[in-house]
Amino acid sequence: MTTVRTPSPSVLPAHRTDGRNRARSGRRLDRAFSGLTLTAGLTILATLVGVVLATATFAWPAFRAGGIGFFTGTTWSSQTNTFGALPMIYGTVVTAVIAIILAVPASLGVALFLTEVCPRRLRGPIVALIDLLAAIPSVVFGLVGVLAFHNVFQTVFRAITGPKANGSSLLTAGIILAFMIIPIITSIPREGIATVPGHHREASYALGATRWEVLRTAILPAGSGGITGAVMLGLGRALGETIAVALVVGSAIQITPDITQPGTTMAEIIANRFNGEGMGIERNALMGLGVVLFMITIAVNVAARVVVNRAQRRNAGT
Amino acid sequence: MTLNGLSVFYGENLAVRDVSFGVAANRITAIIGPSGCGKSTVLRSLNRMNDLIDGCRVIGDVAYRGIDIYAPDVEAVEVRRRIGMVFQRPTPFPKSIYQNVVYGLKLAGIHDARDDRVEHALRQAALWDEVSGRLDSSALGLSGGQQQRLCIARALAVEPDVLLMDEPCSALDPIATARIEDLMAELSERLTIVIVTHNLAQAARASHDTAFLTTEVDDHGNRTGVLVEVAPTDRLFAHPIDERTEQYITGRFG
Repeated sequence: MTTVRTPSPSVLPAHRTDGRNRARSGRRLDRAFSGLTLTAGLTILATLVGVVLATATFAWPAFRAGGIGFFTGTTWSSQTNTFGALPMIYGTVVTAVIAIILAVPASLGVALFLTEVCPRRLRGPIVALIDLLAAIPSVVFGLVGVLAFHNVFQTVFRAITGPKANGSSLLTAGIILAFMIIPIITSIPREGIATVPGHHREASYALGATRWEVLRTAILPAGSGGITGAVMLGLGRALGETIAVALVVGSAIQITPDITQPGTTMAEIIANRFNGEGMGIERNALMGLGVVLFMITIAVNVAARVVVNRAQRRNAGT
Repeated sequence: MTLNGLSVFYGENLAVRDVSFGVAANRITAIIGPSGCGKSTVLRSLNRMNDLIDGCRVIGDVAYRGIDIYAPDVEAVEVRRRIGMVFQRPTPFPKSIYQNVVYGLKLAGIHDARDDRVEHALRQAALWDEVSGRLDSSALGLSGGQQQRLCIARALAVEPDVLLMDEPCSALDPIATARIEDLMAELSERLTIVIVTHNLAQAARASHDTAFLTTEVDDHGNRTGVLVEVAPTDRLFAHPIDERTEQYITGRFG
């Protein structure tokens, strides 16, 4: 008499894969795997919440002392313990916007060139080069900016806007940032554009579209979600970049409409001012800047998500 | 249209060799043959869609109203505006039905009577009655057969003389297929249709003339498409001259 050892009574008829507790061990593995992935997911969530709580708690004294003045004040002084973040917010936004204005057309041009114009055998090497650009450490970008291009920038700015212009300025930081985010903004639309279904492209050519018309009417609209997402991602990077900006921005706490003048950013001032113990409430204020920066980048990322989702829904046609 | 000694290379590879035949105006010409024999390649060389493929080279000439469309002073874009194309899978853009049909008109810079032209094209494609109430809804919400008729309407809106169809029914069910075939018959009163199909019954049913291509394999294993026979469809199916045609249409080959 033979009996099939079924680990748990099965309603299914006996099968040749029964036995040796295969079902049970499989189920156990499954459960362990789910547990593992759940833990990984929760760790991310916990980190995010932890960062928010820790920075906000630590920054709280500065927020309480400064009130709304923390966001609107223009003086940052550890002597008088007045901490107004507006010059840093201004500088952060201005440098990031300059970077985006410069980087987006360049990146789109590169992405479209690679997907639509470039001969296939050149594509690989060029993509590799652009990715290498992303691999350059940001401190190297900063050093290049300050060592190699400071004088060049200063000369050019002065030729355009007059003798007051400075080689270390918001504009310089914006230009350096633009180079740093070009690889980011290039790679995602490149993939987005490459995934525009080939048949849209063909159908459009078959209706007598020129290459430019195909780009404008079939490829850019279909790739718009990816492009917007990439721009937002680049913006996030530009807002948060620290060391390269710190080296070229000039570290002046001021708000000036002249972008060829020195300025500062939130990340820059945190990196330059934070020096351990004995700083009193300025530590809390710097942490407060961190909170503000974090909030801005979260807002940018959420906005990016919304835009991308909306574009995807439109492409799906619902 | 007349194909004269048409050969197509993909890189070093000769895909189609020395194809010559005439496409009669206001008739439906079917191109049939086994997979990989270059049917689509021949079709795509009739409106220079092959130009878009890296490394593709065309020898010989394709005369359209007596003019070689591969002549150096002929613009591919101009050719494609006169010789429309419908693809194997429906290819609506992710836009509204109206925007899909008007797309070619915009490209051609036609501004007058756009609404009338869109309606006319949709009527010609036998789609108007089904979509007239929802021209602004997404084309992607249509069924596969409707999408394919929309693509036909889109091609017709710019009033081409010739419509090329690359296995237009291979993604459709039999009912949708029958509608497209009826539509082809109506359209052939006004324009010339060339259709590639792997469906012999479709060629027999829906075409006036048939060109049969097959694949030749040389000593190095390179496969090249060649034209075997071209004739009025009735004659070709009833009395094929070439043995290879007979084998193919009776199912003993390919």
